[in-house]
Amino acid sequence: MTELYNQISSNKWKSYAIVLFFFLVIAAVVWFAGYYFAGFGGFSVAFAGVLAIVTALGGYYWGDKVVLSMSRARPADENEHKYLLNTVEGLSIAAGLPAPKTYVIEDEAINAFATGRNPKNSSIAVTTGALKKLNRVELEGVIGHEMSHIKNYDIRLATLAVVMVGFVAILSDLLFRGMLFGGSRRDEDRGGGALVIIGILFAILAPIAVKLLQLALSRKREYLADATGALLTRHPAGLASALEKIGKDSNQLKTASEATATLYIANPFKNVSAARLLSTHPPLEDRIAQLRKM
Amino acid sequence: MDPITIGIIVIVLVIVIAFILIYNGLITMKTRVDNAWSQIDVQLKRRADLIPNLVETVKGYAKHEKGVFENVSKARSALLGAKTVAEKGEAANKLTATLKTLFAVAENYPQLRASENFKQLQEELSGTESKIAYARQFYNDSVMEFNQAIQQIPTNIVAGILAYKQREYFQATEAEKAVVKVKFD
Repeated sequence: MTELYNQISSNKWKSYAIVLFFFLVIAAVVWFAGYYFAGFGGFSVAFAGVLAIVTALGGYYWGDKVVLSMSRARPADENEHKYLLNTVEGLSIAAGLPAPKTYVIEDEAINAFATGRNPKNSSIAVTTGALKKLNRVELEGVIGHEMSHIKNYDIRLATLAVVMVGFVAILSDLLFRGMLFGGSRRDEDRGGGALVIIGILFAILAPIAVKLLQLALSRKREYLADATGALLTRHPAGLASALEKIGKDSNQLKTASEATATLYIANPFKNVSAARLLSTHPPLEDRIAQLRKM
Repeated sequence: MDPITIGIIVIVLVIVIAFILIYNGLITMKTRVDNAWSQIDVQLKRRADLIPNLVETVKGYAKHEKGVFENVSKARSALLGAKTVAEKGEAANKLTATLKTLFAVAENYPQLRASENFKQLQEELSGTESKIAYARQFYNDSVMEFNQAIQQIPTNIVAGILAYKQREYFQATEAEKAVVKVKFD
C-alpha cells in the first residue's frame, strides 16, 4: 500500500511542476509581447486573454452537458443498471463526495468518462460495452478511476490547461505576425535583428511547448487517477484487469472526437500510433505495470 | 515607522494567519471524521431496515429454520442499541455473521433462491454491505488524516491548544475475522 501513496504524491508533485512551467512560458510570451509591441503589447495580451477566458467559461459551465449530448449518453436506469448505480454510490461514499449523475452510452467499446466542474455538478458515463464485458471488480476499478478525476478536480485543471494553451496560441500568433510584418512602429531601436529572430522562434515554439505541457499534464493526471482510484477500491488489480481487457478489445468508440478524447479512461483512438509525447493517456502497459506494483 | 516595528507587525500577522489556517484545517478534518461516522450509521440503518423484509421472505420458504431467524433478529436489535464506536463495530460484525448463515441456509431452498423478491433483496443487501464497507473505509481514512495532523508539527501546537485527542479506528473484531460456522439443524 505504501507504493500507492508514493505514486499519488509523486504524480501530484509532477503536475504542480508542469503547471509551473506553463506559467513560466506564459510569463515569457506576455513579457515578449509587452516589450516588443510597446503600446500594442497590452492590447494584444488583453485580446488573447479575453478570447481564451470566454471560450473557457463556456466550456466550464456548459461543458458537461455538451460532452454528454455529444456522446449520446442516457441516464442510467434504476432497475436495469442497479449494480452500476450501487457501485457509483458506494465509491462516492468512499471518496466523501456527493454521488455524481450516472449515464450509459450505447457502444460496444469498453470505455467511461467523468465530467463536471466540481463534485456537486459532476457526471459519470459508462459504455454498454463496459457493462457487458467487465466483471464486477473490473467495473469497480473503472468507476474508482473516474471518481478520482472528479475528486482531484482534473476536469477543472484540464479546462485551465486548455485556456492557457489557447491564450499562448493566440498571443504567439499576434507576436509572430507583428514581428514578421514590421513589428513596433514606436521605436526604431528595439534590439535589432537578433531579437526579432529570437522572438519569431519563440512565437513558433511557445504554442508547441504548451501543447506538449498540456499533454504531459493529462498523462500525469491519468496516473494519479489510477492511483487514487486504487486507494478508493483498495484493489488495484481490478483496474489493472479492466485495462488489460480494454487493450485486447478491438472495438473503437464511435462517438469520440479530438475534443473529448482526454476525458475517457482509455484513449478512444486505437489506431493512432502517435509518439508517447503526443498522447493524452500513458501507454496501457505502463499503467497496468504501475497498478500491479502497488 | 522604523523597520523593526514593521518587522514585528509582519511576524505577528504571519503567525496569526498561520494559526487561523491551521485551526480551520483542523476543524475541517474533525467535522469530516464526525460526518464519516454518521455516514456509517446511515448505511447500517439501511441494512437494518432491509432485514425484516428479508427474514419474512426466507420464512415463507424455510419455516423450520427458527434458530437462524432468532439469531438475525437478536443481532439486529443489538446493533440498534449499540452506542460507542467499539460497541457498534462488534454489533455490526455479529449481524454480518448471522446474515451469512441465513444466506448459507437459503442455498438449500431452490424455490427461495429462484424467487425474484429474494434475488432483489440479495442484491440490495449486497449493495448495502459494500456501502457499509466503503463508509467504514472513508471513516478510517478521515481518522488517519486527523490523527496525522494533530501529531505533526506545527498543527500539533494548535491541536494541543484545542485539546484535540486522537480518534478511534473502526476495526474488524475477532468475531468477524473467524470463519463463520454454518449449522444446519
